[in-house]
Amino acid sequence: MTDKKKERINIHEYLAEFEDIPGTRVFTAQRARKGYWLNQFAMSLMKEENRQRFLADERAYLDEWDLSEEAKQAVLDRDYNRMIDCGGNIYFLSKLFSTDKKSFQFAAGSMTGMTQEEYAEMMLKGGRSPEGVRSIKEGR
Amino acid sequence: MARITAGITSSHIPALGAAIQTGKTGDDYWGPVFRGYEPIKQWIARPENMPDVVILVYNDHASAFDMNIIPTFAIGCAERFKPADEGWGPRPVPDVIGHPDLAWHIAQSLILDDFDMTIMNAMDVDHGCTVPLSMIFGEPSEWPCKVIPMPVNVVTYPPPSGRRCFALGDSIKAAVESFPEDLKVHVWGTGGMSHQLQGPRAGLINKEFDLNFIDRLINDPEELSKMPHIEYLRESGSEGIELVMWLIMRGALGDKVRDLYTFYHIPASNTALGALILQPEEIAGPPLEPRKVLSGASFAEA
Repeated sequence: MTDKKKERINIHEYLAEFEDIPGTRVFTAQRARKGYWLNQFAMSLMKEENRQRFLADERAYLDEWDLSEEAKQAVLDRDYNRMIDCGGNIYFLSKLFSTDKKSFQFAAGSMTGMTQEEYAEMMLKGGRSPEGVRSIKEGR
Repeated sequence: MARITAGITSSHIPALGAAIQTGKTGDDYWGPVFRGYEPIKQWIARPENMPDVVILVYNDHASAFDMNIIPTFAIGCAERFKPADEGWGPRPVPDVIGHPDLAWHIAQSLILDDFDMTIMNAMDVDHGCTVPLSMIFGEPSEWPCKVIPMPVNVVTYPPPSGRRCFALGDSIKAAVESFPEDLKVHVWGTGGMSHQLQGPRAGLINKEFDLNFIDRLINDPEELSKMPHIEYLRESGSEGIELVMWLIMRGALGDKVRDLYTFYHIPASNTALGALILQPEEIAGPPLEPRKVLSGASFAEA
C-alpha cells in the first residue's frame, strides 16, 4: 500500500485558470498538440542549411511541412500572435526570428500592438505593470 | 566528502550573450547590468569560493529537446556539452565540461530518492546554460570548473511544482554529500525574474513580486515553495514561471542561508534580472559591501 497524497490538484481547474489571464496563451498540452508541426518547423531552422533554404523560398520550404494554411501565412507575415494562436511556442519560434536576425525584444514588442520604440521605452520605464492584467474575471 | 558551498541565481537571457559578443557590456544600456555582476565575478574568483563543480539548473529553450521529448527533470552525465545553434550559430564560448562521476552518482541517488530523472549522455546546451557561465566567469578560453547541466521543463505545461523543485534541491544536497571525493559544489538556479515574452501582455514586470520572492527565497523558502503556478503566471508573467528553478537551488542549501549579495535590475531586454549569492549559514562568509544593489530606470525615478 502506497502512501496517499494528501491533496491533489484538480487538473480541470488548473487548466481553466490559465484562460483567465489577459493577453496570454499558456503553452498547454492542447496548444502543444495543435502546434506540433509549426514548432518542429521552427526547430528545423537550427541548421544553417535549412535557414538558407527557407530564406531562399519561404513558401516552398513551408510547403514541405504539414501546416495549416493559416499557420503558413502567419509565418510568412511574421505575425507572432497568430503563430501562437496556431499552437506555436515562443522558444520554438525564436528560431524563426533569430533566422531573421531579430531579438526577443523585437518579437515580444511586435505582439503588443506598440511600435518597437514605444515598447523599448515602456521597458526602460520599468515594464508593463501587472495592475489590471492579472485576471479577466476579477478585473484586477 | 563533497559539499554544497554556495547557491547562485542568475538571469540567462540571450541578449546578455549578444551584449558580450558585440562589445556592448559597458554602454549606457548594459553597463549597469555588467557592473552589477562584477562583485559576483570577483567573489567567485577567490580560490576559497571557486567551485570544483557547478550543478547548473536551467531550462532548455527548445534546443536539445524538441516537441518529441519533454523531460521534466534531466541531468547531463556526458563528458562534455557543446553550445547549441539556436538560429544564429552556436554562441562562441568554450564547450561545457561535465563531471560524469558526480553526475551519475547524483542521478542514481535522486532516482533512489524518488526523483525519476532523465539521464542525458549526449546533449547540446543553449543560452540557458552558457549565458550564466559567461556572466559569472567572463570570457575565458575554457570554463574554470566542471559543470553538470540540469535542464528543467518550464516550457510545456505543466512544469514541476515549486514544492517538487524545492524537494529536488534537498535530494541533490543529500546526493552531493554522499559523494566520497572532496569537492566544492555550487548549485545555480537560473532564469527569471518577472517577464513575459508573448501576447499583448508581453513586457510585464512586477518589481514588488520579485523583491518579495527574493526575500522569501532567503528567509522562508518552505512557504514560498507552495505558491501555485497560476500565481507566478498572473504576477510575474508567463515566462516568470522560470523562477521555480530557483527553488531547486534554495532546497540544496539547507534550512538557513546567508545572503551575501543581491543584485536586481530592470530592464534587461524584456526581463527583470536578479542575481544572488547565498551560502549555507554554517559555512557562510561575510556579506559583500554593498550587500544589495538595485539599479535600472525604475529605481532612478524612485
